[in-house]
Amino acid sequence: MLALYSNPKWLSVVRGTVERLTETPGFPIAQCRSITRAVDEALTNIVRHSYGNRLDQPIAMYFRRAQRRHDRQVQQGLEILLCDRGPAVDPCKLQGRSLDKIRPGGLGLHFIRQAMDTVEFTRKGPTNRLRLVKYLAQGNSAL
Amino acid sequence: MQISTRRNGKITIFDLSGDIDFANSPRVRDSVLREIRESHTPRVVVNLSQVRYIDSSGVASLVEGLKASRDLGSRFILFGLSTSAREVLQLSRLMKVFEVYENEEQAMAS
Repeated sequence: MLALYSNPKWLSVVRGTVERLTETPGFPIAQCRSITRAVDEALTNIVRHSYGNRLDQPIAMYFRRAQRRHDRQVQQGLEILLCDRGPAVDPCKLQGRSLDKIRPGGLGLHFIRQAMDTVEFTRKGPTNRLRLVKYLAQGNSAL
Repeated sequence: MQISTRRNGKITIFDLSGDIDFANSPRVRDSVLREIRESHTPRVVVNLSQVRYIDSSGVASLVEGLKASRDLGSRFILFGLSTSAREVLQLSRLMKVFEVYENEEQAMAS
């Protein structure tokens, strides 16, 4: 578990931590980068949208091994849960935008969805919960 | 993240290094836009070879630079894309939108 405040200065620290964490199960290096990018973008969204750029709000991150049955085999993976206490998020705003138009902004969700196998947003009591899961391709597991 | 600026005739070169993320991308945006809009530099070249990481807000800063350049009829060029920079531009389908060169020599000669 990792607890931090919503100050963007911690983003680089979290990236370093997540990148190391993704190396341990045996994700290929490109996937380590993309998972790290997804977590970074998710945290940035919390700071910007959930907390309106306030720097002192709580964010909790939980990491655990994940497992699923896929093609009659058990697939190992990594589950990352990000929790914040901002206002409830409108699920319609979590769809991301089309990439057809050239304009700044709106790419973070696209990066998250591209990187992860599961992207689930739920509200539990006063807490926004974003659950991200990435599974290892068969044969890559070091777990 | 560090930003340094060089001038070569009518060309301004931004050397960016380190991680560009939400904590510091506004500095990139402000520096690039100031150069384009206030100095009216006809060609702005951005060196990304020492950028270890760039997030969506960093990409957005580059897109804003590109748009501002187009509005003023100047050029906005990237070179030396690191692995991270190349990946996010490809994911964003922006590789063909920007003028991208392998190295500074090619960017200056273009």
